[in-house]
Amino acid sequence: MSRARADEEEYWHSSKFRAFTFDDEDDELSQLKESKRAVNSLRDIVDDDDDDLERVSWSGEPVGSISWSIKETASSSASSLEGRDSSLQKGSSSYAAFPKQVSSYSLSSLFKGRNKLPSFQSLSDALSDTGAKNYAPELRRPKADYKDYSSDWSPKDTVRRMQRGKVCSLERFRSLQDKLVLLDEAVAGHDGNVITAVLIFLKRTLRREILFRELEVRQVALCHLIHFLKETGEQKLLLDLLRLCFFSLSLQLSQYREHLNIQDVEKRREFLKGCIGLPFSAEDTSHIQDHYTLLERQIIIEANDRHLESAGQSEIFRKYPRKASILNMPLVTTLFYSCFYHYTEAEGTFSSPTNLKKTFKIPDKQYVLTALAARAKLRAWDDVDALFTTKNWLGYTKKKAPIGFHRVVEILQRNNAPVQVLQEYVRLVEDVETRLNLATKYKCHDVVIETYRDLKDRIQLTAYKCKVERGSAEEEKINSILSNMVRN
Amino acid sequence: MAAHLSSGRVNLTALREAGRRELREFLDKCAGSKAIVWDEYLTGPFGLIAQYSLLKEHEVEKMFTLKPGRLPQADVKNIIFFVRPKLELMDIITDNVLREDRGRAPQRDFHILFVPRRSLLCEQWLKEQGVLGSFIHREQYSLDLIPFDGDLLSMESESAFKECYLESDQTSLYHAAKGLMTLQALYGTIPQIFGKGDCARHVANMMIRMKREFPGSQNSIFPIFDTLLLLDRNVDLLTPLATQLTYEGLIDEIYGIQNTYVKLPPEKFAPKKQGDGGKDLPTEPKKLQLNSAEELYAEIRDKNFNAVGSVLSKKAKIISAAFEERHHAKTVGEIKQFVSQLPHMQAARSSLANHTSIAELIKDITTSEDFFDNLTVEQEFMSGIDTDKVNNYIEDCIAQKHPLIKILRLVCLQSVCNSGLKQKVLDHYKREILQTYGYEHVLTLNNLEKAGLLKPQTSGRNNYPTIRKTLRLWMDDVNEQNPNDISYVYSGYAPLSVRLAQLLVRPGWRSIEEVLKMLPGPHFEERQQLPTGLQKKRQHGENRVTLVFFLGGVTYAEIAALRFLSQMEDGGTEYVIATTKLINGTSWIKSLMEKLEPAPF
Repeated sequence: MSRARADEEEYWHSSKFRAFTFDDEDDELSQLKESKRAVNSLRDIVDDDDDDLERVSWSGEPVGSISWSIKETASSSASSLEGRDSSLQKGSSSYAAFPKQVSSYSLSSLFKGRNKLPSFQSLSDALSDTGAKNYAPELRRPKADYKDYSSDWSPKDTVRRMQRGKVCSLERFRSLQDKLVLLDEAVAGHDGNVITAVLIFLKRTLRREILFRELEVRQVALCHLIHFLKETGEQKLLLDLLRLCFFSLSLQLSQYREHLNIQDVEKRREFLKGCIGLPFSAEDTSHIQDHYTLLERQIIIEANDRHLESAGQSEIFRKYPRKASILNMPLVTTLFYSCFYHYTEAEGTFSSPTNLKKTFKIPDKQYVLTALAARAKLRAWDDVDALFTTKNWLGYTKKKAPIGFHRVVEILQRNNAPVQVLQEYVRLVEDVETRLNLATKYKCHDVVIETYRDLKDRIQLTAYKCKVERGSAEEEKINSILSNMVRN
Repeated sequence: MAAHLSSGRVNLTALREAGRRELREFLDKCAGSKAIVWDEYLTGPFGLIAQYSLLKEHEVEKMFTLKPGRLPQADVKNIIFFVRPKLELMDIITDNVLREDRGRAPQRDFHILFVPRRSLLCEQWLKEQGVLGSFIHREQYSLDLIPFDGDLLSMESESAFKECYLESDQTSLYHAAKGLMTLQALYGTIPQIFGKGDCARHVANMMIRMKREFPGSQNSIFPIFDTLLLLDRNVDLLTPLATQLTYEGLIDEIYGIQNTYVKLPPEKFAPKKQGDGGKDLPTEPKKLQLNSAEELYAEIRDKNFNAVGSVLSKKAKIISAAFEERHHAKTVGEIKQFVSQLPHMQAARSSLANHTSIAELIKDITTSEDFFDNLTVEQEFMSGIDTDKVNNYIEDCIAQKHPLIKILRLVCLQSVCNSGLKQKVLDHYKREILQTYGYEHVLTLNNLEKAGLLKPQTSGRNNYPTIRKTLRLWMDDVNEQNPNDISYVYSGYAPLSVRLAQLLVRPGWRSIEEVLKMLPGPHFEERQQLPTGLQKKRQHGENRVTLVFFLGGVTYAEIAALRFLSQMEDGGTEYVIATTKLINGTSWIKSLMEKLEPAPF
């Protein structure tokens, strides 16, 4: 499956492509060590004061930086806070009844603008608006600013003013025509702030069908409105919009996305069910269908297993209590779970691994990897064995692993399989070099010895003698092979 | 404090100064003592403009982080909120204001400073909550381009790429154009503008329009920049996906650099003092600032990591020798001289100690088997090997449930290096990812597809080999120690974006028309007229200055490559770099992923 290490090595040496290797491995390391040594040896000369020198607190924040000071001033005030707070508490309750202070600083009726108030209102606000300072030094106040304030801004001027943070009344734009010109002008300015402001105005003053119809041909504005509705949580309008507007892929998905906000599993399942009908691309439809089926399955398994676990009848649940619920877990995790708790179940049950494999068309490789990991964790070596045993039609058995036996060995080793088990699979690794490496690494002496024997490598075999215990069966084996080789 | 900003060809202290001035002006508007309530995201960028001392001079007595609930007690006249224009933050502010004790005397005044822009939407939101009137000053602080280093500016706008390509929201481009106008106000009109990509075109258009709309904007400053090059990130989607192999790039890949600061595991930095017995090892991460103010860092940051060790050891020898001098100091005068040098030597020593520790940390990772395997696959893809079939290593990583971002980086890299994946290969990866990490990631995959990072090969033609060969993106003979080409920053791969900048200077883009057409978006050239008095008469041998603006983010390795070009003896061009955000593959992919946890409110 994966290119054997040896091949890879050869590839790198023979090809022109360079890997990021440390050719001068030792040299490089010693260089670092050297500078470290030098640094350390210097410590006794220059002592303690280096903290002062760096002028940083331990967390590295330079003393006096903003984030440092927040911590400082906040902590100093926190200590004084408690005492004061309690004394104020008494008073505050009586004030709580006071009416909210009415603002004397009224802003234009920009969005909600009631027509009762004459345009004078917004005019005065525009004048009192102090926030319109322009910071870019080059950009002197444009002439327009010195002109008399008029309520006759063209759509273009209005957008410009809004871009500069001025308050403008949009109420003057009454006809649909005017409003659309205004919107197009805002979109042309690329300033999302203004585009959104105009959209809010349109949303308030246009019939929904008209607004949606016009947005259909104005994709940029449409995106801004969707984003705005998402952010303000106007879910109903958002879904209406998605439903009414022509369906593009991303819009469906943004409806599908809603399921993440649903905490209740049953409701979430229902919602996903509703999503299946949406016209997604064929490929996405199958993913979402799978998502729904999986959750449905998980709900059944969860209810069943929770019952089994609390009843305390099932040994596996007693021995290995579940750490978390299986709800909303990925498919592969679910498969692992079912290989762990429900391995032997017949294919007909929802929780059986084979059923999962079939329903979701899990590829062989993926299935074997997951089952192996689960059974190895339970130290069910017979199951592991069965996983790789195939019978041909004559009844002969043969070992086969779609993932390559070196991977099998790695997974078994990670699960602390005993040497006897490990050995069996190391022996099945086809590539000799890899087999030797694995066998040496995991101390499968027999495999090493047999491999050298097959290679007729006297030198290596002799050398390996010092790796096995004195007087052990392995040593004897080596000795007998060596003497046999001599006779040959 | 900001000396490193003036070390480059363009003195960026002026930009910082302008920012500080604006801040002071605003603070003085709110007369009396004040407390600042910070949107936490902003403290990093603001830290690059001003220290606490500046705020203190203007009567800022307390600072808090913005959070719901009652504001802390503080005897100040003014409470000022420094916030980004985000609705969720407005909700917190509303909560703060409504819980303010109306009976307390004296009353505290509220103000809001929006960064970088006032937002009509936010103000409307506050109004609906009935608190808008509580604010006396509502202003904006246009922190568009923040000086990070002598040759580096960033807007630190995290979501710029996502907004432009996924949400069709080009507000960040508008801010970029505004930032460029500010820059031109300080450093003169930039006579030549080149660009590649749709966003680049938009920004250039906006600049030209802004200039036209403000007739007073003709300034009389002698232009410092000769050329502006605007580059869309989507012209070069490949580069950020590859693992950066410069020192600074690796620090960012592994630990993440935020606003020039990095947080490192503390173990290696424990103060080794005799008798301590290593009892109280610090548990808080060690935070270090990284910029060119530190001499040693300036020297090694842009080197290939393989070349860093030798520099560190050389430095160690020099410093050791310098300390040895004390034995030779015999007379009072000599001793005095030695002592006077001590502070500088101590600084050099502590800097060396830090970077030796960091290099060790990084080395632990770069020598790991997984790092090697990952890099091998990346380099295969970039040099065009086996990009059209399912990759075993990627499959293995999925089976072992490696972090999803790592998987996405590799799959996207393969897709980009193959001008899109074969439908069968793409479907296979998608299925494996969804089955292993959860179906909800279909949203993220969709985002990546929309951004062009992961897509089916539609034309049935793979353009990447042509692009690679024409632009010499893969160099076989790379010299990591003494580089002669920008490809050293990725140990073989020359970043496409920087190649475009390099070829623009010599021999010009006309020579690569064919390839430019294969890359997305238009390429263009604009000229901005200068009054005759301001036209530059170049001294012989004087380098030109080019501002390269990366719209959608830039990596440290790309910056290193541009600095390398600046330093080339016969290069003739020096570069200043601006961007919407400093990124790496991980932070970039993360910004494109769908946030899967439900919203906190």
